Amino acid sequence: MNITLKVWRQKNASEPGALVQYDVKGIVPEMSFLEMLDTLNEQLLAKGEDPLAFDSDCREGICGMCDLIIDGQAHGPDKGATTCQLHMRRYKDGDVVTVEPFRSKAFPIVKDLVVDRSAFDRIQAAGGFVSINTGNAVDGNNILIPHDKAEKAMDAAACIGCGACVAACPNASAMLFVAAKVSQYALLPQGQPEREKRVLAMREAMDAEGFGHCTNEYECEAACPKEIKISNIARLNREFLRATLVSE
Amino acid sequence: MKLESKVPTGPIEKSWDKHRFELKLVNPANKRKFKILVVGTGLAGASAAASCAELGYQVEVFCVQDSPRRAHSIAAQGGINAAKNYPNDGDSVWRLFYDTIKGGDFRAREANVYRLAQVSNSIIDQCVAQGVPFAREYGGTLSNRSFGGAQVSRTFYARGQTGQQLLLGAYSALMRQVGAGAVKMHTRSEMLDLVVVDGAARGIITRDLATGKVERHAGDAVLLCTGGYGNVFYLSTNANSCNVTATWRAYKRGAAFANPCYTQIHPTCVPVTGEYQSKLTLMSESLRNDGRVWVPLKKGDDRKPQDIPEAERDYYLERKYPAFGNLVPRDIASRAAKQMTDDGRGVGKTGLSVYLDFADAIKRIGLDKVKEKYGNLFDMYHHITDEDPYQQPMRIYPAVHYTMGGLWVDYNLMTTVPGLFCLGEANFSDHGANRLGASALMQGLADGYFVLPYTIGGYLTGNKLPKVTTDHKAFTEAEGSVNARTKALLGANGKKAPSVLHRELGHVMWNNVGMGRNAKGLKEALSRIPEIRAEFWKNVSVVGSGEDFNQTLERAGRVADFLEFGELLAKDALVREESCGGHFREEHQTPDGEAKRDDEKFAHVAAWEYKGEGQEPARHTEPLTFENVHIAQRNYA
Ligand SMILES: Cc1cc2nc3c(=O)[nH]c(=O)nc-3n(C[C@H](O)[C@H](O)[C@H](O)COP(=O)(O)OP(=O)(O)OC[C@H]3O[C@@H](n4cnc5c(N)ncnc54)[C@H](O)[C@@H]3O)c2cc1C
Ligand code: SF4
Ligand code: FES
Repeated sequence: MNITLKVWRQKNASEPGALVQYDVKGIVPEMSFLEMLDTLNEQLLAKGEDPLAFDSDCREGICGMCDLIIDGQAHGPDKGATTCQLHMRRYKDGDVVTVEPFRSKAFPIVKDLVVDRSAFDRIQAAGGFVSINTGNAVDGNNILIPHDKAEKAMDAAACIGCGACVAACPNASAMLFVAAKVSQYALLPQGQPEREKRVLAMREAMDAEGFGHCTNEYECEAACPKEIKISNIARLNREFLRATLVSE
Repeated sequence: MKLESKVPTGPIEKSWDKHRFELKLVNPANKRKFKILVVGTGLAGASAAASCAELGYQVEVFCVQDSPRRAHSIAAQGGINAAKNYPNDGDSVWRLFYDTIKGGDFRAREANVYRLAQVSNSIIDQCVAQGVPFAREYGGTLSNRSFGGAQVSRTFYARGQTGQQLLLGAYSALMRQVGAGAVKMHTRSEMLDLVVVDGAARGIITRDLATGKVERHAGDAVLLCTGGYGNVFYLSTNANSCNVTATWRAYKRGAAFANPCYTQIHPTCVPVTGEYQSKLTLMSESLRNDGRVWVPLKKGDDRKPQDIPEAERDYYLERKYPAFGNLVPRDIASRAAKQMTDDGRGVGKTGLSVYLDFADAIKRIGLDKVKEKYGNLFDMYHHITDEDPYQQPMRIYPAVHYTMGGLWVDYNLMTTVPGLFCLGEANFSDHGANRLGASALMQGLADGYFVLPYTIGGYLTGNKLPKVTTDHKAFTEAEGSVNARTKALLGANGKKAPSVLHRELGHVMWNNVGMGRNAKGLKEALSRIPEIRAEFWKNVSVVGSGEDFNQTLERAGRVADFLEFGELLAKDALVREESCGGHFREEHQTPDGEAKRDDEKFAHVAAWEYKGEGQEPARHTEPLTFENVHIAQRNYA
């Protein structure tokens, strides 16, 4: 099958970009979307043309590296899936598909479809951890965690840090990402000692990075490949409120 | 080259304690004077970096991804072993040690493996304390499951995302140190050479992948935690950026490369369908706890699986290995699958797959329980194949998965280059010729949290390390060679994308150096690889420049290294005239098709020394002795 792509090309952060059209031939339905882009790149290289830059690594939906806006949707049309999990059987011969980078002020463009998401690392460095030193932990079974609590914490912990929530949000808010981390720790006994400090520090770091505010658009939840629930944002807000009360 | 293992003498149970006591300590006030360069942020690198920073050393960390959290460890699904014996089913440090030695087909160093089993329990405690959401029983205690090669339930897990959760734990520990200013993090930075001054590792040359800038970094020790080289086969379960570059460059600077031919082929992967594929996805081995593996009894039976009656199915693992059944170790399960497809009884369009069937499990424990245990794996399978494993059996086939070979290290995890340490999958040490499931995560974290933080102190106090700055001529020379190589890659001006040539190499590797190997095929590979390499340097197409973000250049550099390394792998396989673990030499099998070791000739580690461009590398050996585990034929029947 043949597909027409309209792809965002941009040399670097300072130069303007534009959509460029490519016809990709010889696509089979079993290919993943990224494998289709690989095919295009091999064709471009054979002609000595500059291939498309895009990020990916694990290609199985877990590393959080792939990040495309496909026809206006972060990670493309499939629900609960990353870009690398999207397959070409979704498309038919002759389709025209637009591919753009995750856009947000806090994620500057590196080249073409590649953006810099290091703001997420800085938010984590501000407080997304339990301060425990190596070598002094008590036996794991000394910390009992009810099955359901552990499962809920795991639901939140499943965030892969891809940034689709930011890209999908009209305000480019990072609330879902931050909420996932804060929720995981808030639900677990290990997270309690730094509970207030953590939420305050992470929220502050998030604002400092230039992410927007949450106005309950629900776009993040819809775009999230790991189906992180918006209820985590409610918990984040409660945690934040609680922390401001407790710490004053 | 001398291979001194530095294994302490005396009873094995005491080795590590004794060794730790004898290692010199670094005065706390002096620690901050030492700088440690950590390359890689997987489980091994992130845990080592966090622990070293906690101890007070200056630490700089490098990784090729845009964030340390994306290191390939993130993809591990099934779980991590520890000898906690929580299920009270007879586990112990000794049994974990025994299973690992036997599972590795008696090709690992006893003392290392014992230490691994010993610290395994602390790993779980450490990760729980970090807030890793391990699966729990209703009463709140930690859950366990079983894994290939073991008859006890010793695997801890977090759904099918254990690697992700363990890595996020180590990453959060690392980020805490970054936030505290104790670690300087360099993302999108690729180590392209090692700098050796007066015989010791004193720095690295990196390329900032976003800007193209080549940088020099000096330090007192370098830790390579750069993962495995499975991608030499092109298709593997590894992430795209897994590569051999860092360890290969270290090899060229004097670090011995041990057992490169030890490749693990994992039995439960999504089968290959076409040429366009960029990777093969693993289906966790934990699926074999409840899934039953079978093929039709009759050759060429192309009925739908549902239409094949029980009596016409061959549950070949249960038949051949009744004691372990579907849970035999990976090398055994992989070879058995190959035998079935070679025999013409494979299923699916290509005939290159076998069934992994959950129908019985769904009947026995119910759909909900199956969903809870394996749901995300089922979804993943569904996404890739468009087939619903709740309705029909999965189709699986073996794929290259893990590499047991790596840089040779002594008991301190130091390579043959003083000051150069190697941790995790990148070293050769703990798995022998076959890695048991759930033990790589264990090894990565053991190395990083509980071994290296001690042994590095011994090195730093025990040696005079004069101050070295990045203007030293060794840095100039190394940077020069990096630049020359970049220029050569950009100058080739050919027609083929690096991935195309990588695929050609992969075909040779899989066909001739893959699941079964013989002298003829290996010799063929040894003549083909230099041809592909020659073509690469003539005909590779790398567009753009070295001065900005250039993914083709990155890829080309890694493929160039695979093209050299693949040859060493094949050489090692040719010399090792025996079958052991994941290294199956077809000439050496028992009458019933099982691997036949030759302990007389090959109970040793083979470590290769680089002798210069165009020269034959030298093969050295470290004899392996088995004083605690009786060396025996592996038998899982
Ligand atoms: C799909 C899959 C499932 C698995 N499941 C399990 C399991 O259930 N249980 C288990 O025990 N094991 C499992 N394994 C094996 C295990 O995940 C790996 O062996 C282990 O995570 C390797 O960790 P590591 O820290 O050594 O390396 P990695 O996690 O691979 O990290 C390598 C690091 O090195 C960096 N790097 C590489 N080259 C360079 C360079 N030149 N310059 C700078 N940085 C560089 C990378 O950026 C990365 O940060 C699985 C493996 C795969 C592929
Ligand atoms: S919350 Fe979802 S969309 Fe946002 S970073 Fe995490 S996984 Fe990605
Ligand atoms: S490439 Fe890893 S999530 Fe898509």
